Amino acid sequence: MTNHPEFIEYTGNADCPESYLLPSATPVQLIAPDGSAAPDADYKETYNLPDPHTLVDGYERLVVGRRINDQANALVRQGRMAVYPSSTGQEACQVAADMCLRAGDWLFPTYRDTVAVLGRGVDPMEAFESLRGDWHSGFDPHRYNTALPTTPLATQLLHAVGVAHAAKLRGEDTVVLALCGDGSTSEGDFHEALNFAAVFHVPVVFLIQNNQYAISVPLIHQSVAPSLAHKAVGYGMPGERVDGNDLAALLAVVGHAVERARNGGGPALVEAHTYRMESHTNADDATRYRTPEEVAQWVPKDPLLRLEKYLRDAGRLAAADTARISAAAEAIAKVLRDGLNAETVADPADLFAHVYAEPTPQLREQARQLSDELAAASLEGAHQ
Amino acid sequence: MTTMAHQPTSGPAPAGRPAAEPVHAELSGVQAITFAKALTLAMADAMAADGSVLVFGEDVGTLGGVFRVTDGLTRRFGEDRCFDTPLAESGIVGMATGMAVNGMKPVVEMQFDAFAYPAFEQITSHVAKMGNRTKGRVRLPLVIRIPYAGGIGGVEHHCDSSEAYYVHTPGLTVLTPSTVTDAYIMLRDAIASPDPVVFMEPKKLYFSKDTVDLDALRARYDAGSPAPSSIGRAAIAREGTDATLISYGPSMAAALAAAETAAAEGRSLQVVDVRSLVPYDDETISAAVRSTGRAVVIAEAPGFASMASEIAARIQERCFHSLAAPVLRVTGFDIPYPAPRLEKHYLPGVDRILDAVDSLQWEES
Repeated sequence: MTNHPEFIEYTGNADCPESYLLPSATPVQLIAPDGSAAPDADYKETYNLPDPHTLVDGYERLVVGRRINDQANALVRQGRMAVYPSSTGQEACQVAADMCLRAGDWLFPTYRDTVAVLGRGVDPMEAFESLRGDWHSGFDPHRYNTALPTTPLATQLLHAVGVAHAAKLRGEDTVVLALCGDGSTSEGDFHEALNFAAVFHVPVVFLIQNNQYAISVPLIHQSVAPSLAHKAVGYGMPGERVDGNDLAALLAVVGHAVERARNGGGPALVEAHTYRMESHTNADDATRYRTPEEVAQWVPKDPLLRLEKYLRDAGRLAAADTARISAAAEAIAKVLRDGLNAETVADPADLFAHVYAEPTPQLREQARQLSDELAAASLEGAHQ
Repeated sequence: MTTMAHQPTSGPAPAGRPAAEPVHAELSGVQAITFAKALTLAMADAMAADGSVLVFGEDVGTLGGVFRVTDGLTRRFGEDRCFDTPLAESGIVGMATGMAVNGMKPVVEMQFDAFAYPAFEQITSHVAKMGNRTKGRVRLPLVIRIPYAGGIGGVEHHCDSSEAYYVHTPGLTVLTPSTVTDAYIMLRDAIASPDPVVFMEPKKLYFSKDTVDLDALRARYDAGSPAPSSIGRAAIAREGTDATLISYGPSMAAALAAAETAAAEGRSLQVVDVRSLVPYDDETISAAVRSTGRAVVIAEAPGFASMASEIAARIQERCFHSLAAPVLRVTGFDIPYPAPRLEKHYLPGVDRILDAVDSLQWEES
């Protein structure tokens, strides 16, 4: 293949020539849980605190993201939505994903990444169409350069590789950011996607949101690798691990990987350490597999509180900022409430219209059958 | 200290072997070509006409495919247009899906029928569903070529008739040619289709030959006056009046041979080539069966819950009052595909087909 235009000579540790692929010794952290700037570490040469304006923008997105999770959870409890996989506590990864991409880049989210999907500018009601049960998806991926979240695990990573590969063949500088969870790293498609991305040297950044659980199964039962980021070395791409509740660190690490990919550096793997504060979905009961003590340990590591403390201490969060941000969060919550409380009509004719570009004769026949049944039922209803 | 700043790249891939075959573009006019060559020409012509058509899979580049179906494509179109992938079928189909989302028309090769199974999740959960999931906003114009079926003395996992898995999956178009002309036409139509196509190639036909007019075939795809697509259209392969044999792909040769033998014995058998398994041509096939009043469906796959069963059921539902006898099926047995020395007992052959024809209750008509 002609996918490797340049060879950058490695000049690092002779005892371990592949060490440049390995993640840092501890997850990259720029702001500690208590809101203080983390002590200098060796990765500071590469990863620096984003500027205050970027962090205020990120803080706003975190507040809005948290409000989306809270509102969606409430609407599920009220029966306005069939299901919602909450990302409370792990919003920083999604916010960082959005902030590191340009509009022309592509995002491949999982089903838990509604905050990231809305952050890409997707119409909220379109984003929630599948969760309310009207259709399996609601938005046009091409309009937002955002793939449709689906429930099979890791399959989207290969689609991300394909989108990046096509862009690369056309000479575009598109970067693709693909999200997955810790459980997904056990899937064959995770392996195949990372290997294909590395072999074809395409601009994809894989961001694992390691929230410690695949529904009920803890990470130790998924993998005994030194870290998930270490898997990168096996594919010949760099891996990095980052505090997934530290938005500043995420922006630095993911941003670095995205720009490296954009500049022809190829794919990278980032593992973000975070925690799913709530159950897998409203249908799950997390108390069956984890203790309140364990959950409590993660409460002070919250990404939102941490960044808020940092910005306040730095004098970067004015009263006008908090008022604006609060209003933005309430506005999106109202959009969700109004939209999901409104009655919608799911059109049965859609069942047959989109399976093929042109319905087959058999589907036209079945569409007529259903239409006749509905007409008869409606006539019967009218006579009663 | 680690950063992502350094990056190695692997060395250049080995250079392609020297040209040994005629360049496809030079083949024109009336030619005796193989089924495999017709497929090669279909891809080459589609690639020449449309820069977004890509070919990739295992061994399809330098080697030209284990059946040489992609021979010369890398040489002619370069490694960006026809290339080898890592050995991972889900990866091939999954990457093709993303490329099709992003403006390409991938034509991917699964090396053998049973080696496509690792791609099953991508095919059934994404390839087949993308158009419907997106209410038609994202169509996937991709073709998955699968060499299939037996009769070549192949080892285990190289001879499966796997079409039932795909025809049972809404959203897939499933095509299987049985003639050299159809190999060209149907692959061109598959590549032109806005929908994903599982293109099943009877591997025992790869080296069958026929004389075709390439200029006439190519003229079907002239921009100004494209011919109607073969998708969704069955073909009458042989006219006949006493009974209708319905078959496709790898079993067509046996069906036609049976009709030839029957003719010598004074019985006129019509033969229909289904060609397009999905969409299925009820109209042509039902009309054919009504014209004779008797039908035998022949397919190599195990018969239980098979394409042959579907065809038999559809005929029975639509042609009941025209039928003089029950619709019979002649299929493979419901066993894993046999080892080479035993496959002759498994494959539907002329004798088994004619036995079925003989039992179509002639004494009562």
